[in-house]
Amino acid sequence: MSEAIKTDCLIIGAGPVGLFAVFELGILGLDSHVVDNLDKIGGQCAELYPDKPIYDIPALPECTGLSLIENLQKQIKPFNTPFHLNERIDEIINTGDSWKLKTTGNKVFETPNIFVAGGVGSFEPRKPPIENVSKYENKGIQYSIPDKNFYKDKKIIIFGGGDSALDWTVELSKIASHVTLVHRRDEFKAANHTVNLMKQLVKEGQVDLITKNQISDVQGSNRVEKAIIKDNDGNEKIIDCDEILIFYGLKMELGPINDWGLNLNEKQIEVNTENFETNLPGIFAIGDISYYPGKLKLILSGFHEAALAAQKAFIRARPDETLTFRYTTSSSDIQKKLGVK
Amino acid sequence: MAKIKYIEFNGNEHEIEVSNGLTVMEGAIKNKIPGIDADCGGACACATCHVYVDNKWIEKLSPKDDSEEDMLDFAFEVKSNSRLSCQITVSDELDGLVVNMPEKQF
Repeated sequence: MSEAIKTDCLIIGAGPVGLFAVFELGILGLDSHVVDNLDKIGGQCAELYPDKPIYDIPALPECTGLSLIENLQKQIKPFNTPFHLNERIDEIINTGDSWKLKTTGNKVFETPNIFVAGGVGSFEPRKPPIENVSKYENKGIQYSIPDKNFYKDKKIIIFGGGDSALDWTVELSKIASHVTLVHRRDEFKAANHTVNLMKQLVKEGQVDLITKNQISDVQGSNRVEKAIIKDNDGNEKIIDCDEILIFYGLKMELGPINDWGLNLNEKQIEVNTENFETNLPGIFAIGDISYYPGKLKLILSGFHEAALAAQKAFIRARPDETLTFRYTTSSSDIQKKLGVK
Repeated sequence: MAKIKYIEFNGNEHEIEVSNGLTVMEGAIKNKIPGIDADCGGACACATCHVYVDNKWIEKLSPKDDSEEDMLDFAFEVKSNSRLSCQITVSDELDGLVVNMPEKQF
């Protein structure tokens, strides 16, 4: 194990509630680190509905998912909190008064407090629920591209109609021996510019475009050799290929948190409403992922939960100190932390 | 109020009364009917409340808007009668509606 990063609180999830928890901890003088499985800050707000309007944030009559996140980032800027994106928690060990966690990026954290602010879980690529698709994962089927050179001179099929599918169709057509793009309808939900580039490539014969078809099966001896696609009437067609890329977006799964020994209520984690701690001391659940009688999955509820959880986190992180409740309006101490004084 | 029949992929049928104003998705979630996940809670942002609407009914529903059509790209085994159940609001006119659940919500 690499050397442990010591912190007052490890926050899992960089959505609105995780970000506001940074603030609530920060004004109490606690530092935190944030881990998120996505490659960007913002959770569902940034991934699922960046442009969709939100009307129920107190004192913000209207904002978008993205603008809410940008404002929260501005609010927590004074704390210089490190974010560990593209990582998730792989391992968790109880070491008495604190917890040791290891991420998929091999970072180790030691902390008395863990805030699980994971929304509906971590985002994972959507995988077609076809038996052979999981069998050929990494044997010709991928959901992302770590190194595009891998696709040089290969015969590729790309499934999907969003930005990732279109961007990679255009990009890989430059190096692959052949690219086929398969989508379930004629419309694409991607930047117009990229859609036009793709259509130009189709015209020039560099890309084959097959619409109104969906993946139905894959075949091959050890690796993928063929994809079977099906049109809306169920007619199947076989396409030879070396590699298949599936870009069907992301879905949310509770994932490994399932095995931590937390009391669950279906897909949510049970907490008390005094400080949002779970059945495991020092592990808190805030935001959409927490459950208690009367729970509402609202961003504003998550903000409240973060504030109360931070109070208990202080007691665990600073057992020898007393916490005095102060307002940001009048506390020169808090204002110093925020860099406004 | 409308009586709605939800049919799971394995054939299990659930017939329940759903109040006007709720969505077909909410009717399923409130009654803990398996087969509809509704991860995003009805924001038309996840495509995990995908259903197939019985062909007799497809014309009677208000048509899909663009955001629902876009979102259906992320559902599995989309057919011409595919809908996201969070976008179908229940009213008296939907009494007798039948929806079939797909094999999986991705």
